[in-house]
Amino acid sequence: MTTTEAAPLPTTTGGDTAAVLVRGLRKSYGGKAVLDGLDLEVRRGECFALLGPNGAGKTTTIEVLEGVRRRDAGEVAVLGEDPATAGRAWRARIGVVSQGEGAGQALSVRETLDHFAHYTSTPRPTDELLAAVGLEEKAETRVARLSGGQRRRLAVALGVQGRPELVFLDEPTTGMDPVARRQFWQLVRDLRAGGTTVLLTTHYLDEAAELADRVGVIAGGRLVEVAPPAELGAPLRRQATVRWREDGGWRAVPTETPAAVLRDLLAASPHGEVPGLTVTRPDLEDVYLALVGAPGGDPR
Amino acid sequence: MTVLTTTRPAPPSTARIALARVGVELRLFARERQQVVFSFAYPVVMMVVFGSVLGGDVLPGGVPFPQYFLAGIAATGIMLTSFQAVGTAIAAEREAGQLERLQLLGTPPAAYFAGKAGQVLVTTAAQLALLLPVARYGYDVPLPVDLGHWLTFGWVAALGALSGTVLGIAVSALPGSASSVTTSVSAFAIVLQFFSGVFFAFPELPGWMQQVAAVFPLKWLTQGMRSAFLPEQAAGFEVAGGWEHGRTALVLVAWVIIGVMVCVRTFRWRRADG
Repeated sequence: MTTTEAAPLPTTTGGDTAAVLVRGLRKSYGGKAVLDGLDLEVRRGECFALLGPNGAGKTTTIEVLEGVRRRDAGEVAVLGEDPATAGRAWRARIGVVSQGEGAGQALSVRETLDHFAHYTSTPRPTDELLAAVGLEEKAETRVARLSGGQRRRLAVALGVQGRPELVFLDEPTTGMDPVARRQFWQLVRDLRAGGTTVLLTTHYLDEAAELADRVGVIAGGRLVEVAPPAELGAPLRRQATVRWREDGGWRAVPTETPAAVLRDLLAASPHGEVPGLTVTRPDLEDVYLALVGAPGGDPR
Repeated sequence: MTVLTTTRPAPPSTARIALARVGVELRLFARERQQVVFSFAYPVVMMVVFGSVLGGDVLPGGVPFPQYFLAGIAATGIMLTSFQAVGTAIAAEREAGQLERLQLLGTPPAAYFAGKAGQVLVTTAAQLALLLPVARYGYDVPLPVDLGHWLTFGWVAALGALSGTVLGIAVSALPGSASSVTTSVSAFAIVLQFFSGVFFAFPELPGWMQQVAAVFPLKWLTQGMRSAFLPEQAAGFEVAGGWEHGRTALVLVAWVIIGVMVCVRTFRWRRADG
Protein backbone atom coordinates (compact mmCIF):
# COMPACT_ATOMS: atom_id res chain seq x y z
CA MET A 1 0.00 0.00 0.00
CA THR A 2 1.47 3.32 -1.01
CA THR A 3 0.80 6.60 0.68
CA THR A 4 -0.42 9.04 -1.88
CA GLU A 5 -0.99 12.74 -1.34
CA ALA A 6 -4.16 12.82 0.74
CA ALA A 7 -7.22 14.27 -0.91
CA PRO A 8 -9.47 16.57 1.12
CA LEU A 9 -11.78 14.67 3.40
CA PRO A 10 -15.53 14.98 3.02
CA THR A 11 -16.96 17.17 5.74
CA THR A 12 -20.62 16.27 5.52
CA THR A 13 -22.24 13.97 8.03
CA GLY A 14 -24.63 12.44 5.52
CA GLY A 15 -25.46 8.76 5.54
CA ASP A 16 -23.31 7.71 2.60
CA THR A 17 -19.90 8.96 3.74
CA ALA A 18 -17.48 6.68 5.51
CA ALA A 19 -17.82 6.34 9.26
CA VAL A 20 -14.03 6.48 9.59
CA LEU A 21 -11.61 7.88 7.06
CA VAL A 22 -7.87 8.00 7.76
CA ARG A 23 -5.07 9.05 5.43
CA GLY A 24 -1.36 8.94 6.20
CA LEU A 25 -1.73 8.69 9.98
CA ARG A 26 1.60 8.97 11.80
CA LYS A 27 2.45 8.74 15.47
CA SER A 28 5.80 8.27 17.19
CA TYR A 29 6.71 7.72 20.80
CA GLY A 30 10.18 8.85 21.72
CA GLY A 31 11.38 8.79 18.12
CA LYS A 32 9.99 5.30 17.45
CA ALA A 33 7.25 5.30 14.81
CA VAL A 34 4.22 3.33 15.96
CA LEU A 35 2.01 4.44 13.10
CA ASP A 36 3.81 5.05 9.85
CA GLY A 37 1.37 6.37 7.27
CA LEU A 38 -1.73 4.34 8.08
CA ASP A 39 -4.70 4.53 5.70
CA LEU A 40 -8.09 3.24 6.79
CA GLU A 41 -11.69 3.45 5.71
CA VAL A 42 -14.61 2.03 7.67
CA ARG A 43 -17.99 2.12 5.94
CA ARG A 44 -21.18 3.01 7.72
CA GLY A 45 -22.96 -0.02 9.12
CA GLU A 46 -20.11 -2.48 8.73
CA CYS A 47 -18.08 -4.32 11.31
CA PHE A 48 -14.41 -3.74 10.66
CA ALA A 49 -11.71 -5.64 12.51
CA LEU A 50 -8.20 -4.28 12.92
CA LEU A 51 -6.05 -7.37 13.22
CA GLY A 52 -2.42 -7.33 14.21
CA PRO A 53 0.16 -8.50 16.71
CA ASN A 54 0.78 -6.68 19.98
CA GLY A 55 2.59 -3.42 19.45
CA ALA A 56 1.47 -3.11 15.83
CA GLY A 57 -0.35 0.14 16.55
CA LYS A 58 -3.95 -1.04 16.91
CA THR A 59 -4.64 0.64 20.23
CA THR A 60 -2.87 3.84 19.21
CA THR A 61 -5.03 3.98 16.07
CA ILE A 62 -8.23 3.52 18.08
CA GLU A 63 -7.15 6.15 20.61
CA VAL A 64 -6.49 8.68 17.85
CA LEU A 65 -9.93 7.93 16.39
CA GLU A 66 -11.54 8.35 19.83
CA GLY A 67 -9.93 11.76 20.16
CA VAL A 68 -7.94 10.93 23.29
CA ARG A 69 -4.50 10.80 21.70
CA ARG A 70 -2.78 13.38 19.53
CA ARG A 71 -1.44 12.41 16.15
CA ASP A 72 1.79 13.64 14.60
CA ALA A 73 0.51 13.79 11.04
CA GLY A 74 -2.26 12.62 8.76
CA GLU A 75 -5.91 13.34 8.13
CA VAL A 76 -8.60 11.78 10.26
CA ALA A 77 -12.38 12.04 9.98
CA VAL A 78 -14.68 10.12 12.31
CA LEU A 79 -18.37 10.60 11.53
CA GLY A 80 -17.27 13.54 9.41
CA GLU A 81 -15.33 15.38 12.13
CA ASP A 82 -11.72 15.58 13.24
CA PRO A 83 -11.57 13.81 16.62
CA ALA A 84 -8.78 16.11 17.80
CA THR A 85 -11.08 19.13 17.72
CA ALA A 86 -14.60 17.65 17.82
CA GLY A 87 -16.85 18.65 20.71
CA ARG A 88 -19.30 16.97 23.02
CA ALA A 89 -22.03 16.68 20.38
CA TRP A 90 -19.67 14.51 18.34
CA ARG A 91 -18.66 12.48 21.37
CA ALA A 92 -22.32 11.69 22.01
CA ARG A 93 -22.41 9.90 18.64
CA ILE A 94 -19.57 7.49 19.38
CA GLY A 95 -19.44 4.75 21.97
CA VAL A 96 -16.37 3.18 23.48
CA VAL A 97 -16.17 -0.17 25.20
CA SER A 98 -13.11 0.51 27.32
CA GLN A 99 -11.07 -1.62 29.68
CA GLY A 100 -11.47 0.90 32.48
CA GLU A 101 -13.79 0.65 35.43
CA GLY A 102 -17.26 2.16 35.71
CA ALA A 103 -17.90 4.71 38.41
CA GLY A 104 -16.67 2.66 41.36
CA GLN A 105 -16.52 -0.88 42.64
CA ALA A 106 -18.96 -0.13 45.44
CA LEU A 107 -21.82 0.68 43.06
CA SER A 108 -24.21 -1.98 41.84
CA VAL A 109 -24.59 -2.71 38.14
CA ARG A 110 -27.91 -0.88 38.04
CA GLU A 111 -26.57 2.11 39.98
CA THR A 112 -23.64 2.35 37.57
CA LEU A 113 -25.91 2.36 34.52
CA ASP A 114 -28.37 4.78 36.13
CA HIS A 115 -25.52 7.13 36.98
CA PHE A 116 -24.02 7.22 33.51
CA ALA A 117 -27.47 7.79 32.01
CA HIS A 118 -27.04 11.37 33.22
CA TYR A 119 -24.16 11.95 30.79
CA THR A 120 -26.16 11.51 27.62
CA SER A 121 -29.27 13.15 26.25
CA THR A 122 -30.49 9.92 24.64
CA PRO A 123 -29.87 7.12 27.15
CA ARG A 124 -31.26 3.67 26.52
CA PRO A 125 -33.39 2.57 29.49
CA THR A 126 -31.37 0.71 32.10
CA ASP A 127 -33.62 -2.37 32.02
CA GLU A 128 -33.27 -2.59 28.23
CA LEU A 129 -29.47 -2.42 28.56
CA LEU A 130 -29.41 -5.05 31.31
CA ALA A 131 -31.42 -7.40 29.11
CA ALA A 132 -29.28 -6.70 26.04
CA VAL A 133 -26.07 -7.74 27.83
CA GLY A 134 -27.67 -10.47 29.95
CA LEU A 135 -26.99 -8.87 33.32
CA GLU A 136 -30.59 -8.75 34.62
CA GLU A 137 -29.84 -11.18 37.39
CA LYS A 138 -26.74 -9.23 38.43
CA ALA A 139 -28.48 -5.83 38.41
CA GLU A 140 -28.28 -5.39 42.18
CA THR A 141 -24.80 -6.92 42.51
CA ARG A 142 -21.91 -4.60 43.24
CA VAL A 143 -19.33 -4.23 40.49
CA ALA A 144 -16.65 -5.49 42.88
CA ARG A 145 -18.34 -8.90 42.94
CA LEU A 146 -18.70 -9.36 39.16
CA SER A 147 -16.62 -11.87 37.23
CA GLY A 148 -14.30 -10.70 34.48
CA GLY A 149 -16.78 -11.63 31.77
CA GLN A 150 -19.62 -9.86 33.56
CA ARG A 151 -17.53 -6.71 33.86
CA ARG A 152 -16.89 -6.77 30.14
CA ARG A 153 -20.61 -7.03 29.55
CA LEU A 154 -21.19 -4.04 31.80
CA ALA A 155 -18.55 -2.20 29.77
CA VAL A 156 -20.49 -3.03 26.60
CA ALA A 157 -23.71 -1.75 28.15
CA LEU A 158 -21.97 1.51 29.08
CA GLY A 159 -20.46 1.76 25.60
CA VAL A 160 -23.83 1.63 23.86
CA GLN A 161 -25.87 3.48 26.50
CA GLY A 162 -26.02 6.72 24.53
CA ARG A 163 -27.21 5.03 21.29
CA PRO A 164 -23.93 5.62 19.42
CA GLU A 165 -23.67 5.46 15.64
CA LEU A 166 -20.14 4.08 15.88
CA VAL A 167 -18.75 1.79 18.56
CA PHE A 168 -15.07 1.16 19.28
CA LEU A 169 -14.12 -2.16 20.81
CA ASP A 170 -10.46 -2.42 21.76
CA GLU A 171 -9.49 -6.07 22.27
CA PRO A 172 -12.86 -6.75 23.81
CA THR A 173 -12.50 -10.45 24.60
CA THR A 174 -8.94 -10.54 25.92
CA GLY A 175 -8.96 -12.66 29.05
CA MET A 176 -12.45 -14.08 28.49
CA ASP A 177 -13.21 -17.78 28.69
CA PRO A 178 -14.61 -19.43 25.53
CA VAL A 179 -18.23 -19.29 26.71
CA ALA A 180 -18.02 -15.60 27.58
CA ARG A 181 -16.38 -14.89 24.21
CA ARG A 182 -19.21 -16.51 22.32
CA GLN A 183 -21.79 -14.56 24.34
CA PHE A 184 -19.85 -11.42 23.61
CA TRP A 185 -19.80 -12.14 19.87
CA GLN A 186 -23.59 -12.41 19.94
CA LEU A 187 -23.72 -8.98 21.55
CA VAL A 188 -21.68 -7.53 18.73
CA ARG A 189 -23.93 -9.20 16.14
CA ASP A 190 -26.96 -7.67 17.86
CA LEU A 191 -25.34 -4.26 17.66
CA ARG A 192 -24.67 -4.75 13.97
CA ALA A 193 -28.24 -5.83 13.40
CA GLY A 194 -29.33 -2.49 14.83
CA GLY A 195 -27.31 -0.62 12.23
CA THR A 196 -24.41 0.42 14.44
CA THR A 197 -20.98 0.66 12.85
CA VAL A 198 -18.43 -1.37 14.79
CA LEU A 199 -14.66 -0.98 14.73
CA LEU A 200 -12.87 -3.59 16.80
CA THR A 201 -9.28 -4.50 17.36
CA THR A 202 -8.23 -8.02 18.11
CA HIS A 203 -5.32 -10.36 17.86
CA TYR A 204 -7.61 -13.37 17.60
CA LEU A 205 -8.07 -14.55 14.02
CA ASP A 206 -11.23 -16.50 14.78
CA GLU A 207 -12.79 -13.42 16.29
CA ALA A 208 -12.07 -11.34 13.23
CA ALA A 209 -13.36 -14.10 10.94
CA GLU A 210 -16.48 -14.53 13.05
CA LEU A 211 -17.52 -10.90 13.41
CA ALA A 212 -16.02 -8.72 10.73
CA ASP A 213 -17.31 -7.84 7.30
CA ARG A 214 -13.80 -6.72 6.47
CA VAL A 215 -10.48 -7.25 8.17
CA GLY A 216 -7.57 -4.85 8.07
CA VAL A 217 -4.21 -6.37 8.89
CA ILE A 218 -1.93 -3.89 10.61
CA ALA A 219 1.80 -4.45 10.77
CA GLY A 220 4.69 -2.07 11.26
CA GLY A 221 2.34 0.86 11.69
CA ARG A 222 0.60 0.42 8.34
CA LEU A 223 -2.42 -1.37 7.01
CA VAL A 224 -0.90 -4.10 4.86
CA GLU A 225 -4.12 -5.63 3.60
CA VAL A 226 -7.88 -5.07 3.74
CA ALA A 227 -10.33 -7.77 2.68
CA PRO A 228 -13.32 -9.82 3.83
CA PRO A 229 -12.00 -12.54 6.14
CA ALA A 230 -12.48 -15.32 3.57
CA GLU A 231 -10.55 -13.41 0.92
CA LEU A 232 -7.69 -12.26 3.09
CA GLY A 233 -4.36 -12.91 1.42
CA ALA A 234 -5.94 -14.26 -1.78
CA PRO A 235 -2.65 -14.57 -3.73
CA LEU A 236 -1.08 -16.38 -0.80
CA ARG A 237 -3.99 -18.77 -0.57
CA ARG A 238 -3.84 -19.77 -4.21
CA GLN A 239 -0.41 -21.12 -3.42
CA ALA A 240 -0.65 -24.79 -2.52
CA THR A 241 2.20 -27.00 -1.37
CA VAL A 242 2.68 -30.58 -2.55
CA ARG A 243 4.88 -32.63 -0.24
CA TRP A 244 6.11 -36.19 -0.33
CA ARG A 245 9.00 -38.35 0.77
CA GLU A 246 11.74 -39.12 -1.66
CA ASP A 247 15.17 -40.69 -1.16
CA GLY A 248 14.79 -40.58 2.63
CA GLY A 249 14.02 -36.83 2.69
CA TRP A 250 11.05 -34.47 2.23
CA ARG A 251 10.31 -32.78 -1.07
CA ALA A 252 8.02 -29.74 -1.09
CA VAL A 253 6.83 -28.00 -4.24
CA PRO A 254 4.92 -24.74 -3.93
CA THR A 255 2.53 -24.32 -6.80
CA GLU A 256 -0.64 -22.61 -7.98
CA THR A 257 -1.51 -25.72 -10.04
CA PRO A 258 -1.23 -28.64 -7.63
CA ALA A 259 -3.18 -31.00 -9.94
CA ALA A 260 -0.57 -30.66 -12.66
CA VAL A 261 2.22 -31.29 -10.16
CA LEU A 262 0.39 -34.38 -8.92
CA ARG A 263 -0.10 -35.73 -12.46
CA ASP A 264 3.61 -35.44 -13.14
CA LEU A 265 4.42 -36.98 -9.79
CA LEU A 266 2.09 -39.93 -10.26
CA ALA A 267 3.32 -40.48 -13.79
CA ALA A 268 6.87 -40.68 -12.45
CA SER A 269 5.85 -43.26 -9.87
CA PRO A 270 4.63 -46.26 -11.90
CA HIS A 271 4.10 -48.41 -8.80
CA GLY A 272 1.37 -46.09 -7.72
CA GLU A 273 2.36 -45.11 -4.18
CA VAL A 274 4.02 -41.81 -3.28
CA PRO A 275 5.13 -41.98 0.37
CA GLY A 276 3.85 -39.21 2.68
CA LEU A 277 2.00 -37.38 -0.09
CA THR A 278 0.05 -34.28 1.00
CA VAL A 279 -1.39 -31.21 -0.69
CA THR A 280 -1.89 -28.26 1.66
CA ARG A 281 -3.21 -24.74 1.29
CA PRO A 282 -2.43 -21.99 3.80
CA ASP A 283 -5.20 -21.37 6.33
CA LEU A 284 -6.15 -17.96 7.71
CA GLU A 285 -3.47 -18.17 10.36
CA ASP A 286 -0.71 -18.91 7.82
CA VAL A 287 -1.90 -16.01 5.68
CA TYR A 288 -2.00 -13.69 8.66
CA LEU A 289 1.46 -14.69 9.85
CA ALA A 290 2.83 -14.12 6.35
CA LEU A 291 1.16 -10.70 6.15
CA VAL A 292 2.53 -9.47 9.44
CA GLY A 293 5.93 -10.91 8.59
CA ALA A 294 6.17 -13.14 11.63
CA PRO A 295 8.97 -15.72 11.71
CA GLY A 296 7.78 -19.12 10.53
CA GLY A 297 4.86 -17.45 8.86
CA ASP A 298 5.81 -18.19 5.28
CA PRO A 299 3.10 -20.52 4.05
CA ARG A 300 5.25 -21.86 1.25
CA MET B 1 -32.95 -1.65 19.14
CA THR B 2 -30.77 1.22 18.04
CA VAL B 3 -32.00 4.50 16.70
CA LEU B 4 -29.67 6.23 14.30
CA THR B 5 -30.38 9.86 14.76
CA THR B 6 -28.79 12.51 12.63
CA THR B 7 -30.03 15.30 14.87
CA ARG B 8 -29.57 14.63 18.54
CA PRO B 9 -30.54 16.79 21.46
CA ALA B 10 -27.63 18.74 22.94
CA PRO B 11 -25.61 16.84 25.57
CA PRO B 12 -26.67 17.39 29.19
CA SER B 13 -25.45 20.61 30.80
CA THR B 14 -22.40 20.79 33.04
CA ALA B 15 -24.68 21.56 35.99
CA ARG B 16 -26.80 18.43 35.43
CA ILE B 17 -23.75 16.20 35.25
CA ALA B 18 -22.25 17.95 38.30
CA LEU B 19 -25.40 17.18 40.28
CA ALA B 20 -25.25 13.52 39.29
CA ARG B 21 -21.56 13.49 40.27
CA VAL B 22 -22.28 14.88 43.75
CA GLY B 23 -24.81 12.10 44.28
CA VAL B 24 -22.52 9.31 43.15
CA GLU B 25 -19.50 10.73 45.01
CA LEU B 26 -21.46 10.82 48.28
CA ARG B 27 -22.76 7.32 47.76
CA LEU B 28 -19.26 6.00 47.08
CA PHE B 29 -17.82 7.89 50.06
CA ALA B 30 -20.45 6.44 52.39
CA ARG B 31 -19.66 2.92 51.19
CA GLU B 32 -15.91 3.30 51.76
CA ARG B 33 -16.08 2.34 55.43
CA GLN B 34 -12.39 2.93 56.20
CA GLN B 35 -12.48 6.41 54.74
CA VAL B 36 -15.66 7.31 56.61
CA VAL B 37 -14.27 6.15 59.95
CA PHE B 38 -10.91 7.83 59.39
CA SER B 39 -12.34 11.15 58.20
CA PHE B 40 -14.80 11.42 61.05
CA ALA B 41 -12.76 9.88 63.84
CA TYR B 42 -9.39 11.56 63.26
CA PRO B 43 -10.30 15.07 64.48
CA VAL B 44 -12.31 13.66 67.37
CA VAL B 45 -9.49 11.37 68.47
CA MET B 46 -6.95 14.19 68.22
CA MET B 47 -9.25 16.42 70.23
CA VAL B 48 -9.54 13.75 72.91
CA VAL B 49 -5.79 13.02 72.98
CA PHE B 50 -4.57 16.63 73.07
CA GLY B 51 -7.45 17.74 75.27
CA SER B 52 -6.64 15.04 77.82
CA VAL B 53 -2.88 15.61 77.82
CA LEU B 54 -2.70 19.39 77.61
CA GLY B 55 -6.18 20.27 78.82
CA GLY B 56 -4.89 22.30 81.77
CA ASP B 57 -2.48 24.49 79.79
CA VAL B 58 -3.27 28.12 79.20
CA LEU B 59 -1.98 29.99 76.16
CA PRO B 60 -1.14 33.68 75.81
CA GLY B 61 -4.27 35.77 76.19
CA GLY B 62 -5.63 33.46 78.85
CA VAL B 63 -7.04 31.01 76.30
CA PRO B 64 -7.29 27.42 77.57
CA PHE B 65 -5.42 24.99 75.30
CA PRO B 66 -8.48 22.95 74.23
CA GLN B 67 -10.14 26.12 72.97
CA TYR B 68 -7.12 27.04 70.89
CA PHE B 69 -6.71 23.47 69.70
CA LEU B 70 -10.33 23.09 68.57
CA ALA B 71 -9.75 25.80 65.98
CA GLY B 72 -6.65 24.00 64.73
CA ILE B 73 -8.14 20.53 64.68
CA ALA B 74 -11.32 21.73 62.96
CA ALA B 75 -9.13 23.24 60.25
CA THR B 76 -7.11 20.04 60.02
CA GLY B 77 -10.29 18.00 59.72
CA ILE B 78 -11.42 20.18 56.83
CA MET B 79 -8.04 19.70 55.18
CA LEU B 80 -8.44 15.96 55.63
CA THR B 81 -11.88 15.70 54.04
CA SER B 82 -10.93 18.08 51.24
CA PHE B 83 -7.26 18.13 50.27
CA GLN B 84 -6.23 14.65 51.40
CA ALA B 85 -9.41 12.81 50.47
CA VAL B 86 -9.68 14.44 47.04
CA GLY B 87 -6.00 14.12 46.14
CA THR B 88 -5.86 10.40 46.91
CA ALA B 89 -9.30 9.64 45.44
CA ILE B 90 -8.52 11.24 42.09
CA ALA B 91 -5.20 9.43 41.79
CA ALA B 92 -6.94 6.12 42.50
CA GLU B 93 -9.80 6.84 40.08
CA ARG B 94 -7.30 7.71 37.37
CA GLU B 95 -5.39 4.49 37.98
CA ALA B 96 -8.58 2.38 37.83
CA GLY B 97 -9.54 3.93 34.49
CA GLN B 98 -12.65 5.64 35.84
CA LEU B 99 -11.47 9.03 34.64
CA GLU B 100 -10.76 7.60 31.20
CA ARG B 101 -14.43 6.70 30.94
CA LEU B 102 -15.45 10.21 31.96
CA GLN B 103 -13.16 11.62 29.29
CA LEU B 104 -14.63 9.31 26.63
CA LEU B 105 -18.10 10.47 27.63
CA GLY B 106 -17.01 14.07 27.09
CA THR B 107 -17.48 15.03 30.73
CA PRO B 108 -16.58 18.68 31.30
CA PRO B 109 -13.76 18.79 33.91
CA ALA B 110 -15.70 21.48 35.75
CA ALA B 111 -18.58 19.03 36.30
CA TYR B 112 -16.18 16.49 37.75
CA PHE B 113 -14.58 19.12 40.03
CA ALA B 114 -18.00 20.33 41.15
CA GLY B 115 -18.93 16.76 42.07
CA LYS B 116 -15.86 16.53 44.28
CA ALA B 117 -16.53 19.92 45.85
CA GLY B 118 -20.15 19.03 46.62
CA GLN B 119 -19.14 15.76 48.23
CA VAL B 120 -16.42 17.55 50.27
CA LEU B 121 -18.83 20.21 51.56
CA VAL B 122 -21.32 17.60 52.76
CA THR B 123 -18.74 15.33 54.42
CA THR B 124 -16.99 18.32 56.01
CA ALA B 125 -20.26 19.51 57.51
CA ALA B 126 -20.91 16.03 58.91
CA GLN B 127 -17.40 15.84 60.34
CA LEU B 128 -17.68 19.23 62.09
CA ALA B 129 -21.13 18.34 63.41
CA LEU B 130 -19.46 15.42 65.17
CA LEU B 131 -16.39 17.30 66.42
CA LEU B 132 -18.01 20.39 67.93
CA PRO B 133 -20.22 18.59 70.48
CA VAL B 134 -17.23 16.51 71.63
CA ALA B 135 -15.22 19.70 72.27
CA ARG B 136 -18.18 21.48 73.85
CA TYR B 137 -19.30 18.76 76.22
CA GLY B 138 -16.03 16.88 76.70
CA TYR B 139 -13.65 19.80 77.17
CA ASP B 140 -15.90 22.77 77.93
CA VAL B 141 -14.83 24.63 74.80
CA PRO B 142 -17.33 27.42 74.16
CA LEU B 143 -18.89 27.33 70.68
CA PRO B 144 -19.04 30.54 68.60
CA VAL B 145 -20.65 33.12 70.89
CA ASP B 146 -23.14 34.77 68.52
CA LEU B 147 -24.54 34.68 65.01
CA GLY B 148 -21.66 36.78 63.70
CA HIS B 149 -19.11 34.26 64.94
CA TRP B 150 -21.16 31.37 63.54
CA LEU B 151 -21.24 33.10 60.17
CA THR B 152 -17.46 33.52 60.33
CA PHE B 153 -17.19 29.83 61.17
CA GLY B 154 -19.43 29.03 58.18
CA TRP B 155 -17.65 31.00 55.49
CA VAL B 156 -14.19 30.06 56.74
CA ALA B 157 -15.13 26.34 56.76
CA ALA B 158 -16.74 26.49 53.31
CA LEU B 159 -13.87 28.44 51.69
CA GLY B 160 -11.34 26.21 53.45
CA ALA B 161 -13.05 23.08 52.14
CA LEU B 162 -13.23 24.46 48.60
CA SER B 163 -9.61 25.62 48.54
CA GLY B 164 -8.56 22.24 49.95
CA THR B 165 -10.52 20.53 47.17
CA VAL B 166 -8.73 22.60 44.54
CA LEU B 167 -5.36 21.85 46.11
CA GLY B 168 -6.30 18.14 46.11
CA ILE B 169 -7.18 18.24 42.42
CA ALA B 170 -3.89 19.97 41.67
CA VAL B 171 -1.79 17.54 43.70
CA SER B 172 -3.44 14.51 42.07
CA ALA B 173 -1.53 15.42 38.92
CA LEU B 174 1.73 14.37 40.60
CA PRO B 175 3.48 11.65 38.64
CA GLY B 176 3.61 8.12 40.00
CA SER B 177 1.17 5.47 41.12
CA ALA B 178 -1.91 6.16 43.19
CA SER B 179 -0.24 4.82 46.32
CA SER B 180 2.80 7.04 45.88
CA VAL B 181 0.52 10.05 45.41
CA THR B 182 -1.26 9.06 48.64
CA THR B 183 2.05 8.97 50.48
CA SER B 184 3.10 12.39 49.17
CA VAL B 185 -0.26 13.91 50.00
CA SER B 186 -0.19 12.59 53.57
CA ALA B 187 3.40 13.72 54.15
CA PHE B 188 2.61 17.18 52.80
CA ALA B 189 -0.50 17.44 54.95
CA ILE B 190 1.39 16.49 58.13
CA VAL B 191 4.15 19.05 57.55
CA LEU B 192 1.62 21.70 56.65
CA GLN B 193 -0.25 21.07 59.92
CA PHE B 194 2.87 21.82 61.96
CA PHE B 195 3.76 24.88 59.86
CA SER B 196 0.23 26.28 60.07
CA GLY B 197 -0.08 26.31 63.83
CA VAL B 198 -2.47 23.42 64.32
CA PHE B 199 -0.51 21.83 67.17
CA PHE B 200 1.41 24.85 68.47
CA ALA B 201 0.49 28.47 68.91
CA PHE B 202 1.17 29.96 65.48
CA PRO B 203 2.84 33.17 66.76
CA GLU B 204 5.47 31.06 68.54
CA LEU B 205 6.63 29.38 65.32
CA PRO B 206 9.83 30.58 63.57
CA GLY B 207 9.27 33.35 61.06
CA TRP B 208 10.25 31.34 58.00
CA MET B 209 7.74 28.64 58.94
CA GLN B 210 5.03 31.26 59.25
CA GLN B 211 5.90 32.64 55.84
CA VAL B 212 5.82 29.25 54.14
CA ALA B 213 2.50 28.49 55.80
CA ALA B 214 1.01 31.79 54.66
CA VAL B 215 1.20 30.63 51.03
CA PHE B 216 -1.16 27.72 51.67
CA PRO B 217 -4.82 27.71 52.72
CA LEU B 218 -4.43 25.81 56.01
CA LYS B 219 -2.80 28.69 57.92
CA TRP B 220 -5.64 31.04 56.95
CA LEU B 221 -8.22 28.39 57.65
CA THR B 222 -6.79 27.83 61.14
CA GLN B 223 -6.60 31.57 61.84
CA GLY B 224 -10.16 32.03 60.61
CA MET B 225 -11.31 29.25 62.91
CA ARG B 226 -9.58 30.92 65.87
CA SER B 227 -11.49 34.10 65.08
CA ALA B 228 -14.72 32.10 65.36
CA PHE B 229 -13.87 30.22 68.56
CA LEU B 230 -11.54 32.47 70.59
CA PRO B 231 -12.51 35.60 72.54
CA GLU B 232 -11.86 39.03 70.97
CA GLN B 233 -8.85 39.82 73.15
CA ALA B 234 -6.98 36.80 71.66
CA ALA B 235 -6.81 38.66 68.34
CA GLY B 236 -4.06 40.84 69.75
CA PHE B 237 -1.79 37.83 70.05
CA GLU B 238 -1.95 36.99 66.34
CA VAL B 239 1.15 37.75 64.28
CA ALA B 240 -0.61 40.59 62.48
CA GLY B 241 -2.28 41.80 65.69
CA GLY B 242 -5.77 40.99 64.40
CA TRP B 243 -7.92 38.30 62.76
CA GLU B 244 -7.29 39.58 59.20
CA HIS B 245 -10.69 38.46 57.90
CA GLY B 246 -10.26 40.37 54.67
CA ARG B 247 -6.91 38.82 53.87
CA THR B 248 -8.13 35.35 54.90
CA ALA B 249 -11.09 35.59 52.51
CA LEU B 250 -8.84 36.96 49.79
CA VAL B 251 -6.26 34.17 50.05
CA LEU B 252 -8.84 31.40 50.19
CA VAL B 253 -10.94 32.81 47.35
CA ALA B 254 -7.79 33.30 45.27
CA TRP B 255 -6.87 29.66 45.88
CA VAL B 256 -10.29 28.56 44.67
CA ILE B 257 -10.51 30.78 41.58
CA ILE B 258 -6.92 30.59 40.35
CA GLY B 259 -6.76 26.93 41.31
CA VAL B 260 -9.86 26.02 39.31
CA MET B 261 -8.58 27.92 36.29
CA VAL B 262 -5.24 26.13 36.44
CA CYS B 263 -6.82 22.72 37.08
CA VAL B 264 -9.32 22.96 34.22
CA ARG B 265 -6.38 23.49 31.87
CA THR B 266 -3.91 21.03 33.32
CA PHE B 267 -6.22 18.26 34.47
CA ARG B 268 -5.26 14.83 33.12
CA TRP B 269 -7.87 12.10 32.71
CA ARG B 270 -5.16 9.52 32.04
CA ARG B 271 -1.90 8.58 33.69
CA ALA B 272 0.30 9.11 30.65
CA ASP B 273 -0.71 11.34 27.78
CA GLY B 274 0.93 11.04 24.37
